[in-house]
Amino acid sequence: MKRATIFALATVFLAIPACKKPQLASDSSVISVGEFASMTGMTASFGQKSHNGTLMAIEELNAAGGVLGKKIKLTTEDDQSKAGEAATVVRKMISRDHVVAVLGEVASSRSLEAAPICQQAKIPMISPASTNPKVTEVGDYIFRVCFIDPFQGTVLAKYALAKGWKRVAILTDVKQDYSVGLSQFFKSYFVANGGVLLGEQSYSSGDKDFKAQLTAIKSAQPDAVLASGYYTESGLIARQARELEVNVPFLGGDGWDSPSLIEVAGKAMEGCVFSNHFSVEDSSPAIQEFLKKYRERFKSEPDAMSALGYDSAMILADAIKRAGTTDGEALKNAIAQTKDFPGITGKITLNSDRNASKSAVILKITDGKFRYVETVTP
Amino acid sequence: MGIRFAFFISLIAGAVVSYLFTGHPEPSWTVAQLDDYLLNILILMGINVILAVSLNVVNGHTGQFSLGHAGFMAVGAYASATITLLAGKSLLGLLSPLGLMAQPCLFVTALLVGGISAALAGLLVGIPSLRLRGDYLAIVTLGFGEIIRVVINNTDTLGGARGLSGVPPYTTLGWTFGIAVFAIYIVGTLVNSTYGRGFLAVRDDEIAAEAMGINTTKYKVTAFTVGAFFAGLAGALYAHFIGYITPEGFNFLKSVDVVVMVILGGMGSTAGVTVAAIALTILNELLRQTEQYRMIIFALILIVLMIVRPQGLIGDIGKLLPRKKGGA
Amino acid sequence: MNELFQQLINGLSLGAIYALIALGYTMVYGVLRFINFAHGDIFMLGAFSGLYLYNWIKPLTLGWPDMVVAVLVLFGAMGIAAILGIVIEKLAYKPLRARPRLTVLITAIGVSLLLEYLGQLRFGAAPCAFPTLVEPHVIQGLGGLRVNSVQLTVVVVTLLLLLGLRYIVMKTRMGLAMRALSLNPTAAALMGVNTSVVISFTFGLGSALAAAGGVFYASLYQAIDPFMGVLPGMKAFVAAVLGGIGILSGAALGGILLGVLETLVVGYSSFLGIPPGYRDAVAFVILILILLFKPAGLLGKTQREKV
Repeated sequence: MKRATIFALATVFLAIPACKKPQLASDSSVISVGEFASMTGMTASFGQKSHNGTLMAIEELNAAGGVLGKKIKLTTEDDQSKAGEAATVVRKMISRDHVVAVLGEVASSRSLEAAPICQQAKIPMISPASTNPKVTEVGDYIFRVCFIDPFQGTVLAKYALAKGWKRVAILTDVKQDYSVGLSQFFKSYFVANGGVLLGEQSYSSGDKDFKAQLTAIKSAQPDAVLASGYYTESGLIARQARELEVNVPFLGGDGWDSPSLIEVAGKAMEGCVFSNHFSVEDSSPAIQEFLKKYRERFKSEPDAMSALGYDSAMILADAIKRAGTTDGEALKNAIAQTKDFPGITGKITLNSDRNASKSAVILKITDGKFRYVETVTP
Repeated sequence: MGIRFAFFISLIAGAVVSYLFTGHPEPSWTVAQLDDYLLNILILMGINVILAVSLNVVNGHTGQFSLGHAGFMAVGAYASATITLLAGKSLLGLLSPLGLMAQPCLFVTALLVGGISAALAGLLVGIPSLRLRGDYLAIVTLGFGEIIRVVINNTDTLGGARGLSGVPPYTTLGWTFGIAVFAIYIVGTLVNSTYGRGFLAVRDDEIAAEAMGINTTKYKVTAFTVGAFFAGLAGALYAHFIGYITPEGFNFLKSVDVVVMVILGGMGSTAGVTVAAIALTILNELLRQTEQYRMIIFALILIVLMIVRPQGLIGDIGKLLPRKKGGA
Repeated sequence: MNELFQQLINGLSLGAIYALIALGYTMVYGVLRFINFAHGDIFMLGAFSGLYLYNWIKPLTLGWPDMVVAVLVLFGAMGIAAILGIVIEKLAYKPLRARPRLTVLITAIGVSLLLEYLGQLRFGAAPCAFPTLVEPHVIQGLGGLRVNSVQLTVVVVTLLLLLGLRYIVMKTRMGLAMRALSLNPTAAALMGVNTSVVISFTFGLGSALAAAGGVFYASLYQAIDPFMGVLPGMKAFVAAVLGGIGILSGAALGGILLGVLETLVVGYSSFLGIPPGYRDAVAFVILILILLFKPAGLLGKTQREKV
């Protein structure tokens, strides 16, 4: 039996030479672009919204004749909000679908997973909404069209101090790079500018019970609490906090941006505040036009993720036009030179760190809606 | 004589072929031939084979039901990553006089560290488990697997819950294939030897074995340790292949994956579990698009298999036939 | 001091839920000598049944007092779960009654996975909001103590269910049959006990309790997802072992103890130097310790292994 096993294995592996690379010359009549997002799973809300934005952008471009005379073919893969899946699907898109560039992801951890693969394969990657600085540090083929957490953390800290919330407790999701980074940057600005950090509690994505952490926070009696994680837990946290009579305002980042937040939190989030990429109340014609088109196309409300998904695709197309080719190196250089691009989420210029230098908005939750408060420029 | 010869020939042939087609540095005329995606699958297959064969030592040959195998894989993965990623630069510097051989040497060290750490973990798990049987053992091993995962989750140097990324991609088909063959050989030889009869004795009837003078403790601990060692190797290979490891990737579901392979192949049959591992890896890929259906199908396979053919598809006949459990 | 009491109450309500699930484990183990891995998923299905029942009943019962609706949802969910439990037993476990315990354990794992992934298929993996059955309010206690009415309800109703269970087991014929079966299945059968019926009843009862646990858990934490039963299920099993597997009061005791211990470890994490991330490991460490030092559990009697 053992002999047979070894021979069987040997045959399988020796048959490798017979498996020549299928000569799928990439279909050169289209421009193949890959997208990976969390279409299902814990953070499905983000993935679906950003995908919609991207899809709408691609459809618009194709309707106008495509780029460089060719239509864009979008391949979307679902990473199911799971670690490990992003790497696999991106590998597949690069080697099987011969994509010239990759769009994704919203969650910093999954972007971090995929970035080294794209970098090594010399395929440009544009993240619509990952805010952890480490993502673009992976290499010169990795870009993002949003601001980064050092900026976002600072924005939140400034706002807290301005509101007179000098004593703040922090609740971090230790499972997400996004949350850890945001808490860290908030803390450094906050403490350096006179704020008092009352304590840091932590939890993991997927946790349901935060009473222990909240009870500890309650005894510290903060003026406000930073809940730097995603909407899935933040809603629950606020709710449980109110039950424990922790009635101070909560602060959050763009990870809160989802209608599910209000669904889960109900009234618990009234008066709470978070930073985001753009506000649907912005009256500029470009934004209103985008809102109208999105609502018509998808019969639902767009959010920051949709807008960023849209912008990331548009910037890619613009770069392809400027480069005149889809060759990796040239495309990478063209993306890096993006300057003052009129995006829905603001004027986008990619700086030398391949991050977007743009402003953030503060939104306040009033009557279950995200209301605009102010804009903060870098 | 024949088996040794076959083993060496296939090992050398496979290594040569794999090196030519995937090794570092890559001879340009060959590498372009092999489809990346296919390579992916083959390497995963090899890793799964190692996992299945190693779990088989514990579950199949020794009859100790372990549900925490992913924990050993995790230990191997993280330990080896510590060597190559966290200590990599300094170690590579130390090894630089070896020139081109430096990287493979580093990798070998990492693999060994991974395997041995996992073996130690296996030892640790094996000892308290000695007093337990059946259901209880299963739950305790599950508990250990979870504890390992939680500890890694909370250890920031290992990346904690966010995982460790940037593990250098040292795994090639050659390594995977070589280690898979090595695992099969070792396990096969071990179990079929006179010494190895002890494992089967423990599985068939522990009390009788003890009465016959077999040191069941020694065998059980050995089974866990050997199984864990190879699981650690598999984990190390995995880490250096995917490049990004998180504690979630080594959770109970992963242990179940391996258990399904062992059960499908027939507990106690090395050849069976190897084929099962290969088959399930392929099934996995075919169902990649429909992840949810994949698990549903796996679950159905388990349930139906237990009712219809508990000895697995290619299993050791006679070892797991229905036995009446009397009560009086 | 206040904080301690608050944490104790948190722990108590969590423990009550563990107790409910643990009872199901222990009853099935007592009668069938196997660990029903899928029990935690019945807990999950109980919660989802509650959600769907609520949405279905709501329009039909506008104007009815919240309490009544809540009770209807609770008992409805329990009923659905009981039926589910019996069906699963008949389909997956009954054919294996004569097989080695390990075989059934593997089947149970299979059933568990099946339920989880079917759930994911049907409900999606993201958490769903669970409706507030009864508006929670804070009850002022002595010395500034604040108890959430939901927590209090959970503890009280669990107690009632426990008393009900004890009555069934001690004072009814079916209960007598269950006890006989757990002591000695062959003799019980010889004495005229209809084994199949008793086993089905046990499964149904255990599942109903788990579903109650599910509804309470969902009321406390307001979000449910297909995998919510995995960890509570495992912890409840630990609780059952802690108290002494096969012993009802043991399961209840184990559940409460585990809930309190877990909450205290997390609540005083900074004081103890144990990061709250280790919360899940608490249960497993307890399991290993108990199995090493007192495998029969706190209330159990050590049994000699017969050759």
